[in-house]
Amino acid sequence: MSDELKIGFLPLVDACLPILAHEHGFAEEEGLTLVFQRDVSWATVLDRLLYGHSDAAHLVAPLAIATTLGRGRPAQPIAAPFVLGLNGNAITLHTDLAARIDAPEGLGNPQGIGAALARQAAERAGSGRRLRFGVVHRYSSHNYMLRYWLASCGIQPDEDVEIVTISPPFLADALAAGEIDGACVGEPWNSAAVQRGVGVIVLATAQIWRRGVEKVLGLREAVLEDKRPQVEALIRAMRMAGRHFIEPENWARNADILARPEYLDADPLLIRRAISDRLVLRQGGEPIHYSDFMFQYREAANFPWVSQAEWLYTQMVRWDGGGFDPQDARKAARVFRPDIYRSALKDVDDILPSASSKVEGSLDSPLAVTTQSGDMTLGKNTFFDGMSFDPDDMQTYLAGLP
Amino acid sequence: MRIAIVDESAVRATIIEEGLAELDGCELFVLTERKGLLARIEEIGPDIVLIDLGNPSRDVLEEYFAVSRALARPIAIFVDESDDDAIAASIDAGVSAYVVDGLAANRIRPLLDLAVKRFNAFARLQSELAEAKGKLAERDMIDKAKRILMDSRRLSEPEAYGEMRRKAMQSSKRIADIAEALVTAHELLDK
Repeated sequence: MSDELKIGFLPLVDACLPILAHEHGFAEEEGLTLVFQRDVSWATVLDRLLYGHSDAAHLVAPLAIATTLGRGRPAQPIAAPFVLGLNGNAITLHTDLAARIDAPEGLGNPQGIGAALARQAAERAGSGRRLRFGVVHRYSSHNYMLRYWLASCGIQPDEDVEIVTISPPFLADALAAGEIDGACVGEPWNSAAVQRGVGVIVLATAQIWRRGVEKVLGLREAVLEDKRPQVEALIRAMRMAGRHFIEPENWARNADILARPEYLDADPLLIRRAISDRLVLRQGGEPIHYSDFMFQYREAANFPWVSQAEWLYTQMVRWDGGGFDPQDARKAARVFRPDIYRSALKDVDDILPSASSKVEGSLDSPLAVTTQSGDMTLGKNTFFDGMSFDPDDMQTYLAGLP
Repeated sequence: MRIAIVDESAVRATIIEEGLAELDGCELFVLTERKGLLARIEEIGPDIVLIDLGNPSRDVLEEYFAVSRALARPIAIFVDESDDDAIAASIDAGVSAYVVDGLAANRIRPLLDLAVKRFNAFARLQSELAEAKGKLAERDMIDKAKRILMDSRRLSEPEAYGEMRRKAMQSSKRIADIAEALVTAHELLDK
């Protein structure tokens, strides 16, 4: 038996798990044939998913929720039974701006850089042309991470600066042309800007939220019901791929695979650095190591915590306006499907958390937690400003945000 | 009606433009440059924007439309939620349409149908071209294989070709496949 699933993706390092599940034969072992559809905009990845060109897609997590709630497209329920990875993005500033805020040699601390940036933002706003930042999509974790950081540092994202959408592969072009002063995008596109000498990486998004949810595997709810066994097989294959992905001895080979024209079509050296949590921050610099830059596999990183979806919903309310709607909050929470994840992995040797929701950002030191099987210690998961998110009280959380 | 066609392939944009030119009362604008796209769109103030699915500027454009919703001329994605068949056909053809809110569906539908037809025509043209290129490559491969046989077995050209044809018929394969196998084997043994 071989069932086929077609998977849509954008050329980014965190599309790695389905690709490697295919390339290393993990999918085949599960009786699955994976076929890939590469695109260059989220709009097209989403349209292909909604109109049946693909069965599942690599999606920025907030976009799965926005589509379910009918924002930007007619509402269609999307299910996300698997988180494709945590963090892995960075904030890159134009070389000139990095010099003006006196960016440190290594990664700075979010507060310090934020304070220096606030002064620049005020100066530029005074001269009539606000600082302009690029993100990959309105409904992306990049947008929410950037905004979270700016707002906590006293910079109002919609007033003090300007945030626009850019296509990640053209980040370097946009910086070089002076169209933007900075951006928050995924790898390898920050590093490509550094390599060209037009940008300096100043922060990793993992510094903003140590365990920030990034991409998900999204499907139409109806397709998930229809192809449930195949989707569960895919989840098992991707967990195997994740175990392979984090082993240092596989980094070079995996980077070479991902670099191929049919996947990322990018420099294998830059991909390998992202995989190994190493980044060159400025042109000609030495790679620095920042553990957890891109978090995979460990601590059940692929488990779709309902509280992650709920946090994303609070950010959607925060920045889209329109107020908190309990019904929307429930719909948003339902997008993340731990039930499917559990069902897929219940008979294999893997870690399954007992809870489906947790207080996000509450762990300042590692904590052993109960699971259905296996031992698990959750690492530090804080937000840089020390706030934590209790999904049982979203409205109080929203009211307490700057 | 002002129609903007956004396509980095100038050839395809021209084909669409030609197709839509037969519609009455339409003014067409072709945009093939990524740079300055939003400024051009703002300048043109289109009622409809057609953009190919493979265009990297789609997210940028959609964000612009989302923001401009607050402005005087809100633009919505596609025609109408109820017109799902039309949307599905356009996605199949590889084109997406953004339409100023409130434009009557009966004015948009013929236009979208035409755009879809032209997109499909272009796709056909491309696959024909690819096929022609493939045929050319096959002929090269057969020539190469013939030379190998002529050199190694001292055959004449018609004899070499005859040998390959015989083998192809025996194994019910195409001559091009036999030629490819022969060339590959030769390369392997030669190294």
